[in-house]
Amino acid sequence: MAGSTLEIKNLHVSIEGKEILKGVNLTIKGGEFHAVMGPNGTGKSTLASAIMGHPKYEITDGSVHLDGEDVLEMEVDERARAGLFLGMQYPSEISGVTTSDFLRSSINARREEGDEISLMKFIKEMDSVLDFLEIDKNMAQRYLNEGFSGGEKKRNEILQLMLLKPEIAILDEIDSGLDIDALKVVSKGINKLRDDNFGCLIITHYQRLLNYITPDHVHVMMQGRVVKSGGPELAQRLEAEGYDWIKEELGIEDETVGQNA
Amino acid sequence: MTVETKLPYDKSYVENYSVNQNEPAWMKELRLQALEQAEHLEMPKPDKTKINRWNFTRFKHGAEGETFSSLKELPAELEEFLDKDNAPENLLIQRNNSVAYSTLSKELRDKGVIFTDIFTALKEHGELVQRYYMKDAVSVDEHRLTALHAALMNGGIFVHVPKNVQIDVPIQTIFWQEDPEAALFNHVLVVAEENSSLTYVENYISQNQNEETVANIVTEVIAQDNAKISFGAVDNFASGTTVYNNRRGVAYRDATIDWALGQMNDGNTVSENITHLIGDNAVSNAKTVSVGRGKQIQNFTAKIVHFGKNSEGHILQHGVMKESATSIFNGIGKIEHGASKSNAEQESRVLMLSEKARGDANPILLIDEDDVTAGHAASVGRVDPLQLYYLMSRGISQAEAERLIIHGFLAPVVNQLPIESVKNQLTQVIERKVY
Repeated sequence: MAGSTLEIKNLHVSIEGKEILKGVNLTIKGGEFHAVMGPNGTGKSTLASAIMGHPKYEITDGSVHLDGEDVLEMEVDERARAGLFLGMQYPSEISGVTTSDFLRSSINARREEGDEISLMKFIKEMDSVLDFLEIDKNMAQRYLNEGFSGGEKKRNEILQLMLLKPEIAILDEIDSGLDIDALKVVSKGINKLRDDNFGCLIITHYQRLLNYITPDHVHVMMQGRVVKSGGPELAQRLEAEGYDWIKEELGIEDETVGQNA
Repeated sequence: MTVETKLPYDKSYVENYSVNQNEPAWMKELRLQALEQAEHLEMPKPDKTKINRWNFTRFKHGAEGETFSSLKELPAELEEFLDKDNAPENLLIQRNNSVAYSTLSKELRDKGVIFTDIFTALKEHGELVQRYYMKDAVSVDEHRLTALHAALMNGGIFVHVPKNVQIDVPIQTIFWQEDPEAALFNHVLVVAEENSSLTYVENYISQNQNEETVANIVTEVIAQDNAKISFGAVDNFASGTTVYNNRRGVAYRDATIDWALGQMNDGNTVSENITHLIGDNAVSNAKTVSVGRGKQIQNFTAKIVHFGKNSEGHILQHGVMKESATSIFNGIGKIEHGASKSNAEQESRVLMLSEKARGDANPILLIDEDDVTAGHAASVGRVDPLQLYYLMSRGISQAEAERLIIHGFLAPVVNQLPIESVKNQLTQVIERKVY
């Protein structure tokens, strides 16, 4: 079997004592693109943050394994070095640290001491990805995300994704706030990574991203659970008909977390 | 509570000291008068820091240092301050109270630039020194420490740039207190005449962990009309030295004084950096960084006073506090009546790395004129857990992520230092102090 497998079982997550995820099950394998869709407030971003280890989220039950290794036992940096990546919806701004220094530290964090990437090789790799994503080269010397527009932040997340080459990437609303040109560039980046060794979980609110990136599997979240799964045709039906038909099918009146069917 | 008030050196000592240095009569007079005043004047009272039990009186006053015939003889302690293969053309190294090494390029000599130790300056350029020495910037009788400084001054330098002379390459000094008990009463006098410009960078170094001594420093920086002075410094006195450091600027019409100060002492420190914008359109950017560690107590005042119309003052203070260190950051913008259209901006930020560290940022605006703009920002906080999470989510360890955030926090000032070797050295000092 090629690539890695991320296995999420019965995941329950709370924030400040309030349960947001109420038993999520999902398996992502190398070579597969999954899309998680759903209206606002249904727990999609919580799922992404909890897997990566966001300090505010508490896992109350369930498990996450990457190739059999217990992800929830790992520190955030260990999860990344094990092969996970989260493209964040709201990346932090870090004053005084250039994007380029940050990228180099991130790449070297995955390499053994004494085997750090050479400066020349790093610059070459970074420049080629900057070009590919149509990012102004000045961005490398700007402080990380500081004063970046929404679109620049998202491109920067994809830049990191392409340079770090994780086994499994989770992209949290990577399309929000992007105009159509930026959306195309971001999609181009993600599609370039598609191969048997790369699995991806794309969290999105809108179907439009999926016009550019075709998922193999589509999941719908409501009330903190995956309530429906299917192929790419599910996304198309959601685009055409919205979510109401699913709610009807399942007898759900209010899809947000805190409501129970 | 008894406080040591008796001065350690008396009139005949001071008189002899001046005579032995072959100083002009006015200087001897100034010293003796200052000594008398020192007995009656009060200690300075930095806001929110009690210094009356600090050691300002136990020290050894005079110490000589051997000279270096070339930079190849430079001891290991000083190596990191210089790029030896690319040695500065204009450099003075003061070792204890004497000059160990000094060089000034022919080009600058030909242009009439003076860059020499204070004692030579008193002999060779006495009138010029007298015109500025403790006159317009710092007064002898401000408090006991300024008076003591004037009485016991035992080192320092004089930089004078004549009218219309622009200096492109930086001038650098290193003040090395090799003798662990020797006190430094250092006087730095930098004068840029009309339409001139210069970049000056200084380092203070000592290694006394166990021996106690004192550094009482007065720096006067004068920018005449349309002159531009860029002043950089890294202070790195060891924990045994109690430091009073008073750096003051006076900027006349259209003049600029920019400060980039790395305040990295390990002992108790009072630092004042005050700039008077006397002339219309005068500008000052005062940027400082500091790291507090151990049990040291520090008080930093950055103050810009606007007298001239349309004058511009920006203060930026960034401090990192660890272990049980305590620091007070006072950022003061003062706009005097008549200084219309002026702008006073200030920002003080303190990053706390331990539960026991204490930091306080006090932004103060004192405004006596209606037609002005002003703003301030201050914060005291810990490393942002979300920033750590973001960096760690890319595989960076927590220790390395913290290191990046701290360096980033201090970068606005570090990057401002005009000499690459001094910038690197400040980065190394920060590295040493933080980890």
